[in-house]
Amino acid sequence: MAEASLGQIFLATVLTNNFVLAMFLGLCPFLGVSGKLNTAAPMGAATTFVMLVASLCAYGLNWLVTTFHLEFLRLISYIVVIASAVQLVEMVLKKYSPALFRALGIYLPLITTNCAVLGVALFQTARDYSFLQAVVFAVGGGVGFTLALVLMAGLRERLHLASVPDTVQGTALALMLAGLLSLAFMGFAGLGAGE
Amino acid sequence: MALPGQQELTHLEEFMEGVWKQNPVFVMVLGMCPTLAVSVSAVNALAMGLATTFVLLGSTLLVSLMRKAVPKEVRIATYIVIIATFVTVVDYLIAAISLELYEALGAFIQLIVVNCIILGRAEAHASKNPPLRAATNALGMGLGFCIGLFALGAVREILGAGKLFGVALFGPDFQPWVVMVLPPGGFFVLGGWLLLFNWLRRRQGGALKPAEGHVHG
Repeated sequence: MAEASLGQIFLATVLTNNFVLAMFLGLCPFLGVSGKLNTAAPMGAATTFVMLVASLCAYGLNWLVTTFHLEFLRLISYIVVIASAVQLVEMVLKKYSPALFRALGIYLPLITTNCAVLGVALFQTARDYSFLQAVVFAVGGGVGFTLALVLMAGLRERLHLASVPDTVQGTALALMLAGLLSLAFMGFAGLGAGE
Repeated sequence: MALPGQQELTHLEEFMEGVWKQNPVFVMVLGMCPTLAVSVSAVNALAMGLATTFVLLGSTLLVSLMRKAVPKEVRIATYIVIIATFVTVVDYLIAAISLELYEALGAFIQLIVVNCIILGRAEAHASKNPPLRAATNALGMGLGFCIGLFALGAVREILGAGKLFGVALFGPDFQPWVVMVLPPGGFFVLGGWLLLFNWLRRRQGGALKPAEGHVHG
């Protein structure tokens, strides 16, 4: 799959293989933060940024571990580096853009445990992406995540106005909605033909 | 969860806590990413459940043994490193036992690291309880997770492929409901199970609150 063009990778990660709706990565923030539109969008942006950072770090780390034949340390080093990267991003944001920092609040540190971020790092390693491919993959994943989050938030805001039986309320309903969204996204299958 | 002032649970109760009352899949809705991603067939689901149980047991035991030695400030980082170590062990173990299974589960074995059930147990239970108690609780949670995964995987395999454990159930005329093994099916089946549990709880306890609350991946 190393020959897949950059455009194909981007389309595939945003639409056909959307991280949330097709690969089930990052469901926690997807269901947790998608209640309102105005938190969904910044969350998506922050996650995209962290994904990009994680992808860059993972690329370097992977080179390092394979050069020194320490493959068994790959996972451990990834997770530690991602955690520290998130911490770093947090500190930089706090210093240079306090407004944005406050807007993101608790979501920023929580990104560490977002499986989509670790997923980006692991999948790009598994698929042997080149540096440029990895960057596109990370950005595509982030955009796809944001798209799913924003769509879901829009749906759920509408749902607040509907009268739903009590039993269905809550997570069960959110999952059904996600299923419908996922069904809709399956219509994109075949677009990023490289997959 | 051991809240201060709560009565000490017996070991059996501690075990059953995870299996039924606080089932990680159906009640707490934790660790959903691996739950949905690998539950296309009963075998995959069970393998994932067992792998997670192993990591859960190993890491809670270690966390519990080290609970007095780890400074509060670096505890989460320590937990994550412990968990990642066990996940690496499981990763190599599955590759050694069955390459076929290893390929079917793919990156999701390594993604056990960010399964919130494990970090949640380490933080909420193992760091406050002696090893035996922590292990019992972890085993119960693991079993509960296996049951949840199996319930999901079995339904999806039966509806989506007409099989269970690869054995055809309905004869040649069965038209498989393919969407069930595709991603949307995962959402639908889990949603359906949650509905069932909501409904059961409602019938039992009248005005008990629904399984809303912490949704984590």
